[in-house]
Amino acid sequence: MSSSPLPPPLQQQRHPGYEEERLRRVAEQLPCREVQAGMLLSLMGEPQQYSLPCIFIYGHRASGKSYVVNVLLKELELPHATISCAECITAALLFEQVLLALFGGDAAATLPRYPSLSDFVRIYRHHRSRAPAEQTRYIVLEKAELLRDMDANLLSVLVRLQELVEDNLTVLLLSELVWDTFRPNTGCLEPLPLHFPDYTKAELHQILSRDRHPSYSADLYASYIHILLGIFYAVCRDLRELRHLAALNFTKFCEPVTEGKAKESDTHKLWRNIEPHLKKAMQTVYLREVSSLEWEKMQQVETETGPLRGLSAHTHVELPFYSKFLLIAAYLASYNPARTDKRFFVKHHGKIKKTKFLKKNEKTSNHLLGPKPFPLDRLLAIFYSVVDSRVAPTASIFSQISSLVTLQLLTQVSHVDQLDAPKYKCAVSMDFICAVSRTVNFDIIKYLYDFL
Amino acid sequence: MGCFVFKPNTKKKKTSSLNDHFTHGCKGAETSDIRFRLFHDLWNKTKTDIEILQDELNKKVLDSLLDFTRKCSITRQHSNWASQMRASEIPTAALMLGVNVPDHDMTFQSLSELLQQSVTPHVVSVQAKECAGKLIHNMEKRVLERLMDTLVAAADDEEEEEIEAAALQQSDTPVHRSVHCSLSVLCEWYNTQTKVGPKSSTPGKKRSSPSKDQYPPVVIIFKDLEAFNQKVLQDFILICSRYVERLPLMFIFGIATSPSTIQHMLPHSVSSLLCIELFQSLSCTHHLATVIDKLILTPKFPFKLSGKVMQVLISLFLYHDFSVRNFIKGVQLALLEHFHSQPLSVLCCKKKEALRNLAQLSHGDLERIRQLPSFTRYTGHWSKFKILCGQKCLHALTSSLPRYPLGKQIRELHLICLEKNVWETEDYQSAMKLLKMLAKDELIALLQKCTEILQPIKSKMMKSAFVQLEDMLNKFKQLDGEMGEASSLTSPLKNFQKKTDLFQLQKALLEMNESRRSKKQSPYENLRSDVLEFIDNLVKSHLPPPESQTLNEVCYYSSSSSVRRHLNATPRTSIQAALSSPYYYLPNESLQTDDGSVSNAAPDICIVHKLHLECGRLINLYDWMQAYSTVVSAAEGNDPDSDNFGKFSSARFIRAVSELEFLGFIKSTKQKTDHVARLTWGGC
Ligand SMILES: Nc1ncnc2c1ncn2[C@@H]1O[C@H](COP(=O)(O)OP(=O)(O)OP(=O)(O)O)[C@@H](O)[C@H]1O
Ligand SMILES: [Mg+2]
Repeated sequence: MSSSPLPPPLQQQRHPGYEEERLRRVAEQLPCREVQAGMLLSLMGEPQQYSLPCIFIYGHRASGKSYVVNVLLKELELPHATISCAECITAALLFEQVLLALFGGDAAATLPRYPSLSDFVRIYRHHRSRAPAEQTRYIVLEKAELLRDMDANLLSVLVRLQELVEDNLTVLLLSELVWDTFRPNTGCLEPLPLHFPDYTKAELHQILSRDRHPSYSADLYASYIHILLGIFYAVCRDLRELRHLAALNFTKFCEPVTEGKAKESDTHKLWRNIEPHLKKAMQTVYLREVSSLEWEKMQQVETETGPLRGLSAHTHVELPFYSKFLLIAAYLASYNPARTDKRFFVKHHGKIKKTKFLKKNEKTSNHLLGPKPFPLDRLLAIFYSVVDSRVAPTASIFSQISSLVTLQLLTQVSHVDQLDAPKYKCAVSMDFICAVSRTVNFDIIKYLYDFL
Repeated sequence: MGCFVFKPNTKKKKTSSLNDHFTHGCKGAETSDIRFRLFHDLWNKTKTDIEILQDELNKKVLDSLLDFTRKCSITRQHSNWASQMRASEIPTAALMLGVNVPDHDMTFQSLSELLQQSVTPHVVSVQAKECAGKLIHNMEKRVLERLMDTLVAAADDEEEEEIEAAALQQSDTPVHRSVHCSLSVLCEWYNTQTKVGPKSSTPGKKRSSPSKDQYPPVVIIFKDLEAFNQKVLQDFILICSRYVERLPLMFIFGIATSPSTIQHMLPHSVSSLLCIELFQSLSCTHHLATVIDKLILTPKFPFKLSGKVMQVLISLFLYHDFSVRNFIKGVQLALLEHFHSQPLSVLCCKKKEALRNLAQLSHGDLERIRQLPSFTRYTGHWSKFKILCGQKCLHALTSSLPRYPLGKQIRELHLICLEKNVWETEDYQSAMKLLKMLAKDELIALLQKCTEILQPIKSKMMKSAFVQLEDMLNKFKQLDGEMGEASSLTSPLKNFQKKTDLFQLQKALLEMNESRRSKKQSPYENLRSDVLEFIDNLVKSHLPPPESQTLNEVCYYSSSSSVRRHLNATPRTSIQAALSSPYYYLPNESLQTDDGSVSNAAPDICIVHKLHLECGRLINLYDWMQAYSTVVSAAEGNDPDSDNFGKFSSARFIRAVSELEFLGFIKSTKQKTDHVARLTWGGC
């Protein structure tokens, strides 16, 4: 595809059948995507002409796939149905949405409750014959990768839907993945792939500079974007995210100007003002450690109250006494080999040969391998030996175990329906369990095989 | 316990039947009616008190949550440049509630009521178990159903609205009839809703929702975030984020563990769609402390728990569940049991009523009073007012001392006082010693607190104590005028605050004593020892443990074992008890044995269980069955060798064995095919 010479910019291309005025508006809205838009337009051909049955558009997040397609279809007023596969999780929903958008509610209502593919095709043809297409109809499927999880044949049918319904219809599949990951093993018609490459730094700059603040000059905003990209481009190329960050920090950037401390042309001064601020943003808002609302509030208050405590800084969990010990027991059961239990928890375990006990490669690797599943019996056995006092095996001990599972501190590995000998894994980190053990004066390190 | 919630129309009938239930098997049946009424009134009062208290406790966090929702909905409607450029995130409140999940229900209940009253009529809450399954269907369905139903239900009040609602339903038939629900349906519904909204709120007409907001937010509450399926939650948020522009959505996450769970559950691509603000609710220990303080340690509440019962309830809380709701349930149980099993509880009420009830006591009741252990050690009049405010004073004095000799929380002191004579404990002594080292301003502050506690109490003795204390306080203040030098004395205690080493503290105390003896006492020091002596006397006269007081049985409930049995069930022990002594559960004379052995007329499973106790780790099934038939045939007078009986008994045997297997006593083993393995230790 890329072997064909690049088409000239949109305005200079001739796309017969569409109004000049509309094309101009499209071109206006799609900076840096002239090539792809032009390509699409040529593929679509004149409105009343048949087009390809299926076009597969792919590219990374926020590379403008949905945006370009939408602008084209809306501005040129072409009949279309735009559907997100994340929302239409079953084929039935998908059919309904397609019929609803293309033929109205009546058509959608005639679908049976659990429509098959042929029901859909039948109803589509029925309505198509009553309202023949004057222009190509488009079905846009976003997040098309999710189609793979649906009905096995759905994808191969959609790819040649044009042929099946005998209509002037084109399916546009939008995805972040390449077509190779889609191809069903039964084989199917290959759609035409169209790649949307990532925006370069310059392109990002050009696009972002367009949404300038109405009360400041375009130049100021452009230089702001330049600084922003200088800091964030290395970690983030997502247009949406960059735009969000730009909006959040612009007031801070303008502060010296509004306060009269600097002129708009003092780029260096402005840079010095904003740079540390943006660096901080990179560690907080960008990671959503701090929400944008709090970030804005913080800028207004302007107090240096030390580093903001992000979400991940709050890890402390207050637990009932026995729950703490249950969790500790679960941790030990997950990270110690079962055969070492005797050594740790039986008071008079007799002589266990050290060389036999310590197997070389087993040691220190347990924490690298992650938690291992253990049965309920073992958990309780360890629990009763680590907890000091005598604890009756009451119902509330057992219910605490299931509470720990719902709190996601333990995970149940066996199936939920398996009542007999359930198995669990401990899902907390070393730091967490050490903090918990400290509150009950239990030296957990002494009981861990890896640290012997 | 839930059976106390009546429907209004059937109230009469139900109450009486409940009453019958109460009377049944109740000691001292003559007064049972009065006692039932007393119980009922007392419990209802307690319940409303608790509700009011809890509303107050939650007020702060709920108010800030309401503010948050209001603010979000306002900023959404007044857009400026920045809000246009910003990614449209879904405002999300992360509400930290602590691990005591059963308590959360109430918080969410009042939260959604408050939201509905003052912010938006569109509030739904979903729970993880309602949205079970790997697909998002269930969750969407719940949300849609509840949102749209609330509206239809609310529209019932007014005819006009009903018509509107009907019209509404007609107008969007094509969408409504859609077999599948999706958020687009909700969007459409919301649009019609907001279009209808301003029209019907014409002046002079009261709307059920007083929100002036034309576009009230749609609030979705996830009650237990941790329990949700991660994939479903992520999908739901992704879908919702497609609609934020058209639908003012807002989330509230109920989080039991810590905020970092959000990041564990949601990847960056999803959490970047949310704008999360944290809200911290009251910690459960604080909550419990307030409940105990306001409910149990108050003279308004005539019923009291003995030290042991209190201990059981508190340890259930601290060791097992952190649940205030369960604690209150425990108090309720104790209350019920008390009125049910203690005939004298008829006097456990206000003084006036008690006197009236006293007049109605029969001869038998009076006899019973005479037999009470406490009556035989008659000492004199007492009042629980004294005890409680005595405790409060002592707590006020000691709760800020280093190392908290008498506990940091008043409930600890309360427990000590319930169990023994406080003044004989070592902790009390050391507390007194520490008090003796206080500097003047510190002591005055503490004494002032005490007078504040004593002031509102009307009892004669307390009045006089109050007057005396005031007197002493005045003297202290006069001292101030006489010699300003005294106030410059800094408290030696201040230096101890940091020292946590017990040894150090004791050493210092000793030194202090020495130095005191050697030095002549200043007037301040004289006065200080006077005050402390006075307090010491107060404590001795007012804080004896209740057991030593006359008629404590009237108000104190002391059966801790019954409370423990009811609240902290031990299924294993119950099963074991049922198997080894079936008479306990099946009151059939033939099952009764004196030596603790199992009668051979017992149910098959008991016999089989008994026999298996005699075996080692592996049990030979055939031997076991032989033993079983011998026992059973002896009981029924059959010949064990007769063919018919043999078949019959082996069928019964097999059934009993599989029941044992089901209960987890044995399991089949691969080591030997005709053997089973025992899963319990010990024998008979
Ligand atoms: N060339 C462009 N000019 C102006 N804005 C653009 C351009 N490309 C993308 N955008 C903006 O970036 C945002 C993200 O683009 P879009 O939704 O098309 O990404 P996408 O490729 O569909 O991503 P995803 O794979 O996540 O769906 C859009 O809201 C759009 O406003
Ligand atoms: Mg897209």
